[in-house]
Amino acid sequence: MVSLRINGQELDLDISRDMPLLWALRDLVGLSGTKFGCGVALCGACTVHLDGRAIRSCITPVAHAAGKNVTTIEAIGETPSGKKIQQAWLDLEVVQCGYCQSGQIMSAAALLASTSNPSDADIDAAMSGNICRCGTYQRIRAAIKSAAQTS
Amino acid sequence: MGLERRLNLNLSRRTFLKAGAAAGGGLFIGFNLSEAAAQPNVTNGADLFAPNAFVRIDRAGQVTLVMPQVEMGQGTYTSISMLIAEELEVGLKQVALQAAPADDRDYRNPLLGLQGTGGSSSVRAMWDPLRRAGAAARLMLITAAAERWHVDPASCRAENAGVVHVPTGQRLSYGALVDLAARLPVPRNVPLKDPKDFRLIGTPAKRVDTPDKVNGKAQFGIDVKIPGMKIATVAACPALGGKLAGVDDSAALAIKGVSQVVRVDDAVAVIAEHMWAALQGLAVLDIDWDEGPNARVSSADILRQMEAASHKSGVVARKEGDLAKAMAGATTRLEAVYQAPFLAHAAMEPMNCTVHVRADGCDVWVGNQVVGRAQATAAEVTGLPRDKVIVYNHLLGGGFGRRLEVDGVTQAVKIAKQVDGPVKVVWTREQDIQHDAYRPYYYDRLVAGLDEQGLPIAWGDRITGSSIMARWYPPGFKYGLDPDAVEGAANPPYGFPNILVEYVRHEQPGMTTGWWRGVGSTHNIFMVESFIDELAAAARRDPVEYRRVLLGRAFDLEAGLDPAATAPWSGPPPDPARVRAVLDLAADEAGWGAALPERRGRGVAVQYAFGTYLAQVAEVSVSKDGEVQVHRVVCAVDCGMIVNPDTVKAQIEGGVIFGLTAALFGEITIRDGRVEQSNFNDYRVLRINEAPTVEVHLIKSSEAPGGIGEVGTVGAAPALTNAIFAATGIRIRRLPVKDQLRSS
Repeated sequence: MVSLRINGQELDLDISRDMPLLWALRDLVGLSGTKFGCGVALCGACTVHLDGRAIRSCITPVAHAAGKNVTTIEAIGETPSGKKIQQAWLDLEVVQCGYCQSGQIMSAAALLASTSNPSDADIDAAMSGNICRCGTYQRIRAAIKSAAQTS
Repeated sequence: MGLERRLNLNLSRRTFLKAGAAAGGGLFIGFNLSEAAAQPNVTNGADLFAPNAFVRIDRAGQVTLVMPQVEMGQGTYTSISMLIAEELEVGLKQVALQAAPADDRDYRNPLLGLQGTGGSSSVRAMWDPLRRAGAAARLMLITAAAERWHVDPASCRAENAGVVHVPTGQRLSYGALVDLAARLPVPRNVPLKDPKDFRLIGTPAKRVDTPDKVNGKAQFGIDVKIPGMKIATVAACPALGGKLAGVDDSAALAIKGVSQVVRVDDAVAVIAEHMWAALQGLAVLDIDWDEGPNARVSSADILRQMEAASHKSGVVARKEGDLAKAMAGATTRLEAVYQAPFLAHAAMEPMNCTVHVRADGCDVWVGNQVVGRAQATAAEVTGLPRDKVIVYNHLLGGGFGRRLEVDGVTQAVKIAKQVDGPVKVVWTREQDIQHDAYRPYYYDRLVAGLDEQGLPIAWGDRITGSSIMARWYPPGFKYGLDPDAVEGAANPPYGFPNILVEYVRHEQPGMTTGWWRGVGSTHNIFMVESFIDELAAAARRDPVEYRRVLLGRAFDLEAGLDPAATAPWSGPPPDPARVRAVLDLAADEAGWGAALPERRGRGVAVQYAFGTYLAQVAEVSVSKDGEVQVHRVVCAVDCGMIVNPDTVKAQIEGGVIFGLTAALFGEITIRDGRVEQSNFNDYRVLRINEAPTVEVHLIKSSEAPGGIGEVGTVGAAPALTNAIFAATGIRIRRLPVKDQLRSS
């Protein structure tokens, strides 16, 4: 049995401790907002927060998440930085196909929570692990800066 | 000029509207572009098709649009909805969308020949029929209100989902009028709104699909959850065209959560409770492959064979004048071989398909660009009649042409036939990259002869590569000429008095090739715009100025063009004045001609593709180590009338990044019959820290709409490589750029 706290909810799952958090979220808990893109932490689509820090859930075993707060895209809007990021994403129409955007938003929300006025270099460092095949990068950058301006 | 192509865009095309009472009350409007409309001599084509319900309005006034075009990020759900909302006088938010069921006949996209989204065709296909459907419904509702009030319809106006009697201010909502309207005859010659009266079309309306894409609610094919569903992952034979010989599945079956191992002719699937168990099972399968006849093939072999094939004359796409004679008499002769590699699509959502096969029917859940074909393949594999196969289409996590294939559906149905209950088949990223329908390798021989002024009097282009059309849509592959393979090469916007464009078909057995964003234009315009740049350099002229001169020459742009050489999605013949306008705007906004530091340069590419004119200027710098940095790409676009200007900008921004990624890094190579690349470590893509800013300048136009989904990608490579030439003097004739600039 693995006990997880996901978006504030305590869950006991009958799974092996080495199961990547991504599959626990998608297949067992039924939270499909976190996406599978590469399986080897190269694309960032699977990004969630562990105690507020962005991690790649495709390579993070559930054992590592036990006892910590897991936050996914479904709940990030309840945090101040998550809400600002989501609104900026809509204001600037960042999204195209949208498949990478859960991961993008999670990485961006973690950045904004830790750095209130991120520079281009901060954005590069925090976001370069998130691939977007639709090429929405310049709007992602602008949206992060816009969210940072929102009080 | 091809009859099909001429008919694509103009508003006089005949559209057959039908209307009537919807089941459960309300009004439906249906329409088809019948076969008859494609041959104007035939007059009773309306009887060939039953109307389908494209638009329904119910007694509560809810407008539902049955959406035949799929949403893969290009904004169709919004732009297509805007067309109906405008004419029907309802707000965009009042239009509910329902993905169209599978029906290649009723939902046929006239620019593709089947139910499909691709070829940058959605707005062009729907622009006229959907507006007419909305206008017809509007007129019927007004007429119904006028009847109810016993007033002259001319004194009534539709607005805000209702009809108002202007003199008295009386109002009835659409919901109250639909049943009466449904009994009225369908009006003929429905007047469309004057563009100056548009309140929605032409505005940057907020997209309807994005809110759920920022909060995790949006459902892609991969997110489907059906009660009792198993999850499967697959290993297909890595050797091109190889088969499964056998598999020892004992270790896989011992994994907790694995319920079954299923075999199909060229793959093994592990069926499990969750993806983790399936992946663990996959890792311990002991598979014996029958690698087949292509197990020794390498990229070097393929290239050698293509080069040999390129020496033969090909099927003629365009012939005017006498190329050989003109070349012999030219003051300066240039010749070059240009190459573009095999490319994978690597959409962010890996290929997946969920299927439930039962004795009496089959359900398919997927995100796909050709839903009718998905239904057809499921019917074929199961032996069920087509009407027993239901396809539930979803948002696509990237299409780019990959999802114009149904290979994943075929495989999933074959697997599901052996599984009780529904099964979701999800490919790993490695399988996705190694079992793609690749953009073909093209090997082009270009020649040009210049006169004493340095202007071209002779132009020859022989294109060698796979024919996607021959496999994907055989009726489009006429007597060996593939219009896609020569698109962008057979009728460039520059006229030449002597021109010869040929196509030599060459296939690599076992390798499936397919549509990749920008299709024929993407590789051909790289060749054409790069070689034009070489001509400019030989003539010692500025590349922008040289193009201006060529665009101003009065040669017939279609002389000698074979009618089968143009694809239905290509649009009408190019207008050099419109090319010139985007060239001038892009050059101006890019500051063309202003001084740049050493090892920094600008490159230009112009294009006419999918009915749209685009020019892009890339500004790059190249380090001493040969690292390329793209600083900025300035684009000017004329796509005729614009439905949603923000979507146009976004598509070009994204399309340029997609094209640059491929031009810089994209390459699929073969060794021992296998694709060498596997994941984003060795199939590299641009990331945010490397991506340039893309500026898009829109030209206001009242011409018919052109396509937009692919155009940004088309000119990205030549703009890049021409800029590299300006920065370093090094001419890139083979993509990707990758390590070619590193000093040895």
